[in-house]
Amino acid sequence: MSETPKIKHEPPKREKKIADNITVKLRKDILEIEIKPKRIKVKVKPESIKKAANFFKNKLNIDHVASVSGIDYPNDNEIEIVYHTGTYKHKDLSDLVIALAFRISRETPKTPSLTEIWPSTEFDERETYEMLGVIFEGHPKLEKLFLPEDWDDIPPLRKDFKNPRR
Amino acid sequence: MSELTVTVGPQHPGSGHFALIVKLDGDKIVEVIPDPGYVHRGDEKVSENKNYIQNIPHFERPAILDASNMLFPYVHAVEDLMKLEVPVRGQYIRVIMAELNRIISHLYYFAIYGIFVGHSTMFMWPVADREHFIDLAQMISGQRVGFAFLLPGGVRNDIPEAVKERANEACNYFEKRLIEYERIFMNNPIFEKRAKGMGILSKEDAIKLGVVGPTLRASGIKSDIRKDEPYAVYDKLDFEIPVSKDGDSWARAWIHIEEMRQSMSIIKQALKDIPSGPVKLNLRGQVRPPPGETFTRAESSRGAVSFYLISNGGMTPYRLRMITPSFRNLRAISHITKGLLLADLPPAFWSLDYWPVEADR
Repeated sequence: MSETPKIKHEPPKREKKIADNITVKLRKDILEIEIKPKRIKVKVKPESIKKAANFFKNKLNIDHVASVSGIDYPNDNEIEIVYHTGTYKHKDLSDLVIALAFRISRETPKTPSLTEIWPSTEFDERETYEMLGVIFEGHPKLEKLFLPEDWDDIPPLRKDFKNPRR
Repeated sequence: MSELTVTVGPQHPGSGHFALIVKLDGDKIVEVIPDPGYVHRGDEKVSENKNYIQNIPHFERPAILDASNMLFPYVHAVEDLMKLEVPVRGQYIRVIMAELNRIISHLYYFAIYGIFVGHSTMFMWPVADREHFIDLAQMISGQRVGFAFLLPGGVRNDIPEAVKERANEACNYFEKRLIEYERIFMNNPIFEKRAKGMGILSKEDAIKLGVVGPTLRASGIKSDIRKDEPYAVYDKLDFEIPVSKDGDSWARAWIHIEEMRQSMSIIKQALKDIPSGPVKLNLRGQVRPPPGETFTRAESSRGAVSFYLISNGGMTPYRLRMITPSFRNLRAISHITKGLLLADLPPAFWSLDYWPVEADR
């Protein structure tokens, strides 16, 4: 009796299945989807962010956001915002991190706040607001979090901010 | 009765400067608004000006007691992009250092908890017992606090032979001490009265707020990155994840006690099973990840710490986001303190093990 040998590096089937599910349901909203083992990154159109977030929460059991990151791309004149999401309720998916990303204009960086969908984004959105100058519309308290109240320079995580003491 | 607003802080409660804006009705708390930012260092911006080796020491600065755990996801991120396979012995040493750090950090937690509830014995004992584990870390790394011991590709040096015996001695001693900790502190009626049923975070709220670490596990969710997404050699080691359903301050403290027991068991197993071989890859100083991005996680003593690294192939990270457990647990402060008396604020607040420097980065 011979057992079939186990394949050492299996293609991430589970991730592929979830990604396919997302692609089918959000076909018109997705720009790109990247799959790695235990990681999926979904790039959506900026106007579809609320729709995608609602789909994540209601259909994929995504119950919390680990982080909101903002990345400045001055050459493209854009800012990318990435929500890294995860689930505690769904035990089988506890090793999976799904990133929801979109790009907005650098001159008028405005996007709807996702605090109503995921309350866990409140402080992260505030941090992205002060560090990159992104306005989250509908946020309950869009104020400075870490920076001094009298900070009047450009947001410090933008690439054109240079530390004056360096 | 009219509402009174009191600012508590930003004094240094033993962990960094931080303020709480407390709205009171009499001495009953109506709302607590956390006010972080007094120890913000701009670590994410700093990292964009330093190369991947220079970045090592300053990433452990936010939680200096938990140095090795803070570096774990960072070295994983660099290794993931560079496709490096770390020698197994190096991975075992990483786990030993990480678990030593967990005990060192948890003992500090109990020392400060002692201060917060006016229990001076509970300040003295953990501070003294910490020395055994700090000595062990010093034997391994040469440093007492900021080890900068984990490097992309392995660890800085091999461990001396004598560590195994000393570690077993320290663990055997401390296992007995933990029983005394429970007797004098955990089961002390005064502490029970100030912690049991106080500062409750329900399971639903814990999920909704996305809290991490002991705070999450005390609210009934069995989640630990060491089990959920095993890294290094955690999948080869046998340990339990303590979970409580109570969600109160006492449960959060109890999780810390049990985690120290598990950490000691991990250290003993790792020292027994550790294979011989090299401890690091010889990268000849060439630590320069190719363009790409990665999101890595590890379980630090306060919970999941994550790094989101974006490289454009340059000498320094293009963008590096550091997501620390205290920043995520900041979300819970307002929830757990609602309705408490002002006098019960310190034990409830400290039960979260909130580390301002780590949250502010």
